[in-house]
Amino acid sequence: MTALAASILAMGGLGAFFAAALAIADKKLRVEEDPRITLVNDALPGANCGACGYAGCAAFAEGVVQGKAPVNGCPVGGQDCAEDLARIMGVDAGESVRHVARLMCRGAVGVARDKADYVGPSQCAVQDLVSGGSKACEYGCLGGGDCVEVCNFGALEMGEDGLPHVYDDLCTACAACVTACPRDLFELHPVDREFFVFCKSHDDPKTSRAACDAACTGCGICARKSEGAIVVQDGLAVIDYDKLDPSLIPLEKCKTNAIGWLHPEKVPQPVEAGASPAPDGKASS
Amino acid sequence: MELFGIFIAAAVINNFVLIQFLGICPFVGVSGKLSSAVSMGMAVTFVMTMASMVTFLIQHYILIPAGIGFLQTVAFILVIASLVQFVEMVIKKVSTGLYRALGIFLPLITTNCAIMGLCLFAVMKDYSFIQTLIFAIGAGAGFTLALVLMAGIREELELADVPETLQGAGITMIVAGILALGFMGFAGMKF
Repeated sequence: MTALAASILAMGGLGAFFAAALAIADKKLRVEEDPRITLVNDALPGANCGACGYAGCAAFAEGVVQGKAPVNGCPVGGQDCAEDLARIMGVDAGESVRHVARLMCRGAVGVARDKADYVGPSQCAVQDLVSGGSKACEYGCLGGGDCVEVCNFGALEMGEDGLPHVYDDLCTACAACVTACPRDLFELHPVDREFFVFCKSHDDPKTSRAACDAACTGCGICARKSEGAIVVQDGLAVIDYDKLDPSLIPLEKCKTNAIGWLHPEKVPQPVEAGASPAPDGKASS
Repeated sequence: MELFGIFIAAAVINNFVLIQFLGICPFVGVSGKLSSAVSMGMAVTFVMTMASMVTFLIQHYILIPAGIGFLQTVAFILVIASLVQFVEMVIKKVSTGLYRALGIFLPLITTNCAIMGLCLFAVMKDYSFIQTLIFAIGAGAGFTLALVLMAGIREELELADVPETLQGAGITMIVAGILALGFMGFAGMKF
């Protein structure tokens, strides 16, 4: 009987003591944090398995909210979970426009010239390390398909022209390809953005013309009438989408077609002034 | 010398993870990155030290005098879980930097079997307070060692050409097994 009484007393006492201590601590030591962290955490499976590379679901949730972790980074939750997280994050980030990945290179086979035959592992990362691959351009697509490899959604496919092609419907803008490309050729853009400089070459005009028929030589013709929307930086035209009015750009004067429409066949030629087919108001993410 | 023996025994010879197979969950889960592994190891060492001290006091000043040693397991679970929660709150409030380094790992290890095992072992072996403390630090060091070894190997594995069937969990298990075999080499050491 004494053992029973002692047990109840001791365990009850311990329990009550710690309960009180925790209750008080919760009130006194509360720290305000981003409410989205709780939302994201609730949407996660809660397995705390660490398969995402973070210490647990809570740490991953914090990573997502801070933008360090991808919304589809939870392998357990899969697609549903990724969509939930994207909704939580997307709505709060004020981004209603869907983004997709775009390849900023048109150096297809036959367009970009080769400097040598490359024999070796085909991964872009290796090619880039070893010799820069076969292409003469140091900035262009290596065609090894590292981006296709990392895409979890089947949104990328290697085309016959040796360049990866994006399926807009499948792309979730997870940026895996952006990270994978050793030459940083992928950028995330709103899905309806059609106007790009399809080149990343910082070579001087002579070198870039010699290396590729689709290179931006940095001549600056496109920049002249763009009213500041296009600036030539280090031999490459860069677009500021906030200021861009594509109808002002004399596209026909770009000898290499490095700047232009993503789907030239879809663009209704703007005969009347101001009939811009690319309603761009948002900066690229 | 005896304390040193306890430390080495807990850290290497009877390594909690690789010889006694306690705390396998974080060993596999948080060993993907070296930085996470180090933080996790530090957090476990910290919690082990705290928990061993508190459970020692509970055991020797509450449970034994009251003659209810059979409630050891339940009492320890209660104490460790509450303690870790409390410490987490304090760290979160007091130091954001420390919380970033350790705090996020704390909820993961509240009821980790390595912690629980340590407290029970310390009681079983009838250690004094100082011995318990050294035992806990040694066990934590051993846990960190195992985690860091594993994380180092797994970071290298990222670059290795692993056969397709073994990718992911498969190769991790094999590596863990080989590591455990390696640690069996310490088994004969005596102090």
